[in-house]
Amino acid sequence: MADIERILLAHGGGGQLSRELIDREIVSRFGAGPLKGLPDGATVPVEGPEVVFTTDSFVVQPIEFPGGNIGDLAVHGTVNDLAVCGATPRWLSLALILEEGLELDLLRRVLDSIKTAADDSGVVVATGDTKVVARGQCDGLFINTAGIGDRLPGFELSPSNLQEGDHVLVSGPIADHGFAVLAARESIHIQNGPQSDSAPVHRLVQAASAHAGDVRFMRDPTRGGLASVLNEMVEGAEIGIQIQEVDIPLSSGARAVSELLGLDPLHVASEGRMLMVCSADAAPETLQAWQAMPEGTGAKDIGTVTTEAGRVVLETLMGGHRLVDVPRGELLPRIC
Amino acid sequence: MKYIDGFRNPGAAAALREDIHSLTAQLPPSDRTTNVMEVCGSHTMAIARYGIRDILPEQINLISGPGCPVCVTDAGYIDAAIELARRGITVVTFGDMLNVPGSDTSLAAVRSEGCPIEVCYSPLRALELAQEMPDREVVFLAIGFETTVAPSVAIIEQAIAQGVENLSILVAFKLVPPALAALGSDPELQIDAFLCPAHVSAIIGADAYTPFTGEGGVPCIVAGFEPLDILLGLKGILAQLVDGVAEVDNQYSRVVTAKGNARAQALMDKYLEPDDVSWRGIGVIPKSGLALKAEWAHYDAETRHDITVQIGTMNPACRCGDVIKGISRPMDCPMFGTTCTPNNPFGPCMVSSEGSCAAYYKYSR
Repeated sequence: MADIERILLAHGGGGQLSRELIDREIVSRFGAGPLKGLPDGATVPVEGPEVVFTTDSFVVQPIEFPGGNIGDLAVHGTVNDLAVCGATPRWLSLALILEEGLELDLLRRVLDSIKTAADDSGVVVATGDTKVVARGQCDGLFINTAGIGDRLPGFELSPSNLQEGDHVLVSGPIADHGFAVLAARESIHIQNGPQSDSAPVHRLVQAASAHAGDVRFMRDPTRGGLASVLNEMVEGAEIGIQIQEVDIPLSSGARAVSELLGLDPLHVASEGRMLMVCSADAAPETLQAWQAMPEGTGAKDIGTVTTEAGRVVLETLMGGHRLVDVPRGELLPRIC
Repeated sequence: MKYIDGFRNPGAAAALREDIHSLTAQLPPSDRTTNVMEVCGSHTMAIARYGIRDILPEQINLISGPGCPVCVTDAGYIDAAIELARRGITVVTFGDMLNVPGSDTSLAAVRSEGCPIEVCYSPLRALELAQEMPDREVVFLAIGFETTVAPSVAIIEQAIAQGVENLSILVAFKLVPPALAALGSDPELQIDAFLCPAHVSAIIGADAYTPFTGEGGVPCIVAGFEPLDILLGLKGILAQLVDGVAEVDNQYSRVVTAKGNARAQALMDKYLEPDDVSWRGIGVIPKSGLALKAEWAHYDAETRHDITVQIGTMNPACRCGDVIKGISRPMDCPMFGTTCTPNNPFGPCMVSSEGSCAAYYKYSR
């Protein structure tokens, strides 16, 4: 059996091994666009007078998990941040920090996922960087991506736009990503267990742009889950939000892990879902449009904006009411 | 998951709610509320999570009892665990214990200083760690009621079978029936019925509550943790109060038997014996805990590492003791939600996810 190919410190040394790694693994996948010729910086065209610009780092453990890996997560995370700001994602930077000893095949799988996810999201990797650190100085593979998107006309998004009677829509079952990573890390083996929902949401945003003027705010409920996003929206505001437990979409796999570990799915991250607050008039058509799309089949109208200042309230399955609090402490470290 | 849905059916809940309201109207007239103590922390959480107080008549007062194992663990126990970790011994614990204040500091704080403290979901993790690190001492923080006793002692049984010599447990096991006896006879409390714990009852059996029923006793209903289980349990309690009887009623028969789990009981008998132990906020209750028998001293962290669990000191303003006894509600405490929050807890009832104060803070401020 051949030796397993691994990342060596020399792969980051700037010499021949570095050059080979970049040529074989990076340029072969991403070298067609602005990356061609490996300039120090990418020159990219933009459409309008304004762009949206964001960055995010990814340190998820394990690197591969049911339904995805750190690579597609690093693309979707940044693409989705652009999308919920009302932008069409266009350009991505890709910075890799590799630990000495990382299996090259694992790196290849991650880069393949990045390529597939970028193509699916309509973004081009325009610039990048690769560093290698000694064994023990990072945990296998860390990724940073930054993204630039063209601002879509018509969206004026802010939590301060929320008005009593607005509706709260969610684009699909929540919490699958967090539960999938947690189940993988804790070696919880469940038949039909949760699969990460990691996916781009930009098409959902485009579908909603028909009613852009009626959209108050959008956010992807990642770390801290739906509960955190909802609470951030009403914090210090004159309005509140009430959601109905019966309407909150959950996969059976996420429910199983939630029950086993006693974790509230409202506190657990999704990486391919979107939360939108829009006017009551725009809600039915937006929901219908989402439900007709592959990434929105499980979309639901889960609640409304109320006059209960600063409070997020859940109407439970039993007909009672309770506060939806933000998660505290080290619920699920390193899920993205 | 379909199995669980049956116990969360909104239509069935509405029907039970009507039954509860109509039975409450038939209660004999009284100048005080009808006090039902839910003994177990998981019931407290489920009641808060499903907003059950919200759908009950005002006459029904649910009191959260002492059934959160973290909440009743004495500060001195945390001090001992911290001392072990500071000596470089690997301490393995359920996550809830991390932020519980000891007399001076918490496990989370000393972990951030670099002390070896590992969080686990199962006691088996402590055994695994002991096997992975044969040159290190590993101590599992063995707290809890009857439910967690058997799995915690089982790692000692496995350690003996597999010749693992570097594992021991720091024991703070508590027993539910002696606590019920102490609370039932406390003149400050006027308890009309006990909603008895689900999983503890699976171990000890529903018959364990017989001494608290009959002449001079109160209804004791064993109920599961699903919201419909709880509503059904409350309906059963009210039916008994209307009829003027006090019996054991096991409504969780899908899990709980009259005699309990004989295998778990045998395991407990083999390794443990009754002990007088201190309950945080309540004090020492005779024979209300379990200690390792002398013949297993090798696996007893106190003996093995020559450390004694003392009675710890608590912040004098903290009302957790009264909350645990059901004399105060969390919001009656002057620190609740102001100086004492889940991010900065003073008392264990705010730390533990099953604590009464945490449940109130989280779900019904």
